[in-house]
Amino acid sequence: MTNTAEAREVVLRLNGITKRFGSLTANDSVDVTLHRGEVIALLGENGAGKTTLMNILFGHYTADEGTVEVFGRTLAPGATGAALKAGVGMVHQHFTLAGNLTVLDNILLGTAPLWSLGRGRREAQARVRKLAADFGLAVHPGAKVGTLSVGERQRVEILKALYRDARVLILDEPTAVLTPQESDALFETLRKAVDQGLSVIFISHKLHEVMAISDRVLVLRHGKLVGETPTAETTPHALAELMVGAEIAQPVPSEAKPGATLLSLRSVFAHPPGHRTGLQGIDLDLRAGQILGLAGVSGNGQGALAELISGEAKPQSGEMRLGNKAAPPWSPRAALAAQIGRIPEDRHSTGSIADFSLTENAILESYKDTALSRAGWMRWSAAEAFAKQVISRYDVRCPGPEARIRLLSGGNMQKLILGRALESNPRIILANQPVRGLDIGAVTYVQKRLIAARDAGAAILLISEDLDEILGLADVIRVMSEGRLSPEFLRGSMTATELGRWMAGEGFDRAA
Amino acid sequence: MRLEPVAKPTVARALGFPVAALALSVVVASLLVLLAGANPFATLGLILKGAAGSQFAALETLNRATPLIFTGLAVAVAFRAKLWNIGAEAQLYMGALLTVVFGTSALGLPGPQPLILIGLAAMIGGALILLGPVILKTRFGVDEVVTTLLLNFIMLLFISLLLEGPLKDPMGMGWPKSPRLDPDARLPRIVDGLRLHWGFALALICAAVVWVIETRTTLGYEIRAVGQNPRAARFAGIPVNLVLLKTALLSGGLAALAGFSEVAGLKGSLTLDLSPGFGYTGIVVAMLALLHPLGVVVSAIFVAGVFVGADSMSRAAGVPTYIADILLATALLFMVLAILLTRFRIVRG
Amino acid sequence: MEIFEILLSASFWAAAVRIASPLIFASMGELICERAGVLNLGIEGIMVVGAFAGWMAVYAGTGLWVGVGVAMAAGMLFGLLHATLTVPFGLSQHVVGLGITLLATSAAYYAYRLALPEVTSPPRIIPFQLYEVPLLSQIPILGQALFNQTPLTYLAFAVVGVTAFVLYRTPLGLALRAAGENPSAVEAQGLSVTALRMGAVIVGSGLMAVGGAFLTMSAFDSFFFEMVNGRGWICIALVVFGAWRPGKALLGALLFAAFDALQIRLQQTGLGMLVPYQVFLMIPYILSILALILMSRRAEVPAALMVPYNRGER
Repeated sequence: MTNTAEAREVVLRLNGITKRFGSLTANDSVDVTLHRGEVIALLGENGAGKTTLMNILFGHYTADEGTVEVFGRTLAPGATGAALKAGVGMVHQHFTLAGNLTVLDNILLGTAPLWSLGRGRREAQARVRKLAADFGLAVHPGAKVGTLSVGERQRVEILKALYRDARVLILDEPTAVLTPQESDALFETLRKAVDQGLSVIFISHKLHEVMAISDRVLVLRHGKLVGETPTAETTPHALAELMVGAEIAQPVPSEAKPGATLLSLRSVFAHPPGHRTGLQGIDLDLRAGQILGLAGVSGNGQGALAELISGEAKPQSGEMRLGNKAAPPWSPRAALAAQIGRIPEDRHSTGSIADFSLTENAILESYKDTALSRAGWMRWSAAEAFAKQVISRYDVRCPGPEARIRLLSGGNMQKLILGRALESNPRIILANQPVRGLDIGAVTYVQKRLIAARDAGAAILLISEDLDEILGLADVIRVMSEGRLSPEFLRGSMTATELGRWMAGEGFDRAA
Repeated sequence: MRLEPVAKPTVARALGFPVAALALSVVVASLLVLLAGANPFATLGLILKGAAGSQFAALETLNRATPLIFTGLAVAVAFRAKLWNIGAEAQLYMGALLTVVFGTSALGLPGPQPLILIGLAAMIGGALILLGPVILKTRFGVDEVVTTLLLNFIMLLFISLLLEGPLKDPMGMGWPKSPRLDPDARLPRIVDGLRLHWGFALALICAAVVWVIETRTTLGYEIRAVGQNPRAARFAGIPVNLVLLKTALLSGGLAALAGFSEVAGLKGSLTLDLSPGFGYTGIVVAMLALLHPLGVVVSAIFVAGVFVGADSMSRAAGVPTYIADILLATALLFMVLAILLTRFRIVRG
Repeated sequence: MEIFEILLSASFWAAAVRIASPLIFASMGELICERAGVLNLGIEGIMVVGAFAGWMAVYAGTGLWVGVGVAMAAGMLFGLLHATLTVPFGLSQHVVGLGITLLATSAAYYAYRLALPEVTSPPRIIPFQLYEVPLLSQIPILGQALFNQTPLTYLAFAVVGVTAFVLYRTPLGLALRAAGENPSAVEAQGLSVTALRMGAVIVGSGLMAVGGAFLTMSAFDSFFFEMVNGRGWICIALVVFGAWRPGKALLGALLFAAFDALQIRLQQTGLGMLVPYQVFLMIPYILSILALILMSRRAEVPAALMVPYNRGER
């Protein structure tokens, strides 16, 4: 948090890192220098090359050009664990924890020589407790990681690095899954770390956080370092332009004109397998021409709700109505028949079949329609025509409908899934994390399409862990915590901090 | 080392690796032949001659290929849906058993039924055998590999029990052997005088039918979707469990036809050594064909040729016949690697 | 009731422990593979190789323990092949495993025919002999069952102890379990998933081979075709039944072997006159299937079992 960093010891230096994947240059001679006690922010869109850079630092990839120096020593390229040994710790965006093991086991993993007997569990536990206390990272060492909340898991990740005496902490999108309050606590932990002489690289695309925590900002775009500036000398607006390379125009929805209730839940309980939290008797109304934004920390029942609406899960008890009729026996097919368009949370594992062509992926939900098959016989030419239509109407950049979807970028894959869902003009739309991991161009595209669908009269349930997205897009907001739903808040009536309290579970008992 | 997907595999890549895989397995087998003190080239020549050197040899190969086409198809269909049916052996014996039951009056049934009914009965029997493991898989999540494998052993014991009991041939001189099929229940030869029965033609028809199902029907599309990503298939509204059941019926039925064709076309009766592992070899056949139904025909003839050739070679050159199994097993392993390498390249770092 | 007489006889329990021994080795081998995230369907063939290699070495003049070592090495060789194909290349563990079983089985048969082309009846070796542990073997029933066995049986029990200790008490075991739960956790801590998984498959395959060798070097004294007879597949069921825990898998193997020993004895009883022997022979296989059904809902499967790990995959 000082500006005199220049004078201090250099702890980490990336020199001219270049990495190519086939024709794509993921990193183009990137230089990064980090000093002792400094927090730098690495800013960039999805796909700007931040993750590749970190993979090179940790030896998971070998750079085509350039070197990595930690505390003055050059690391052997491609040596996994070298950076770790040299004192660099990483908190990944997708946690690298084994759910079936305890917190302590996760922390101890790889810390003792494999061929030793690894004694001293008690000492280790004491040390973990001390670190946890020193840095404000409350977590129970004996708990199984699978039972922890997302915030707790992140603390375990940080403890893992600290336990290994990391002097450099790298955090990849650490706040993406936290409530605003949890983010504040994280920042507090980082400040404590810096006070003790640690250095931090903070990877993010959230500008206000970058402004709040960092001493210096580095901006990556298309694999190139396009800007480096002390944080005090820049503005969020300037950073945003650097990051995207153009003025950003976030779509702003017009005033909503809510119509009839198209889907309603009353006291619904459901706990589909594979989710930490189920639905604890929720009431929900989705109205025509309205976007209902569902905020919440991941793992609080949003997954269960999404599975319920998409037809994958059935309500265990309670009532589900479509318009003014009770819902039919529930299944994905029934949901499709009820004109529910679905955008799943994970486009790779749920939304698409990697080795299927674009055509085969485009018709996944509709191949039974008489236009696409008759009496069990596929009409492949009609299927291809449909795929071409989706490709052109939704601006899917691809070699052609026969290409395997595996080869598409995340944004184009998502556009195909969006097109597949919207092409039938659904009355209800479930959009579960529709823009996660997309670059800004694709984000605005998807959001504009959702707003257009709303204006055309669709009822939209937007589930997102990104509060900014909810605040920007939703006409009404509800917060989910421990499988319960907050009351409806109208657009503009709540601040992020207020919503954060609900996300942390406050207020529900009073509301109930 | 990392694997990086190849956007558009060239023809050289798509053909080169599989061909290299076959060549490499021949090299490995040749080394083992050297170990046996024989000349690999001479041995290979003897295998070729034994497999296709004469009309008799070629027909013998086609006869041997017939059950392999059926079991190969059974495996190919199932593996497409990632349904690991390793129980083609049991399904084959079920088909053979029902062929005897309906083709004789051994169990007191009124004599031989029309061939088509016998074939249908065999198919249904085989399909039902596979249904059990599939229901255990979809209902309880029990891995079908182990259950289908174990069923092979159970089935063989069951056949043994019947052959020493109610199905025992009174004229069998104490051998565990079923009575012979009624002549009306036998599959005729395709051409008089040539030792090749209609089972072979039926196998070709089945291959064509399976090919049409896989490429032209919604079921084929569903099977591929379920095999490649069951989660995405389920999300999209494809009834995954139902598709698996249908796949199982198809697969089990096809494997059972191998038994039907062997008993009704070739052997005329059921014995415990009816199948020298046709069910297991079907896995090799299907994998070498890259699970393509028409490819199964080619690969079944190839595999059959290797076996028939190795039999006759072994008599002449003294190299144990197991060289054929080794050749095919290495071909299988190299082939799965080759398929990977046609679609991914290995990169450093 | 004859059944009670059987259950109270020491020789019955001794037989059960004997029958269990090869299963214990092999299921520990499979358990190690699966705990690290690799299903090893090569088990059946690797047992055949072990049975042949160990026996052949002794027949060729080496000592019994050297034979065990040879069997283990042969198994590890096939394990290396399995691991290379399934771990760095991430090929289908089902297909590769079955391929390995096919290859290993035919390689063993080929080698047998090559080594002994003339023989009609299988030649014999002098196998491991019973070793009566002083004092302990005097315990009624249990003593004779547990402490009057061949050294290989004692080794089997030791292997269970060592496996459990390594898995649950050492850094190596922790890393192995983590590799089977979430490989990226292992990689993030600077360990190599590839090395851990390959190591597990190789060592596990070695144990499977020793299980096979038990058949030719302790239970019997000669090698014949089809002698493994599905024991490998049964071990896969035992690992599930044991919920991927060494102690429970051991109990499963003993329980299973007890049923097997029981059916053999029941064949000699009045019941055996009534029921065809094939029905008794089916019992082990049927039991295995029942065990799988019984445990299917309860067991905690290693989360990354059969999931190949591609380093740095995005």
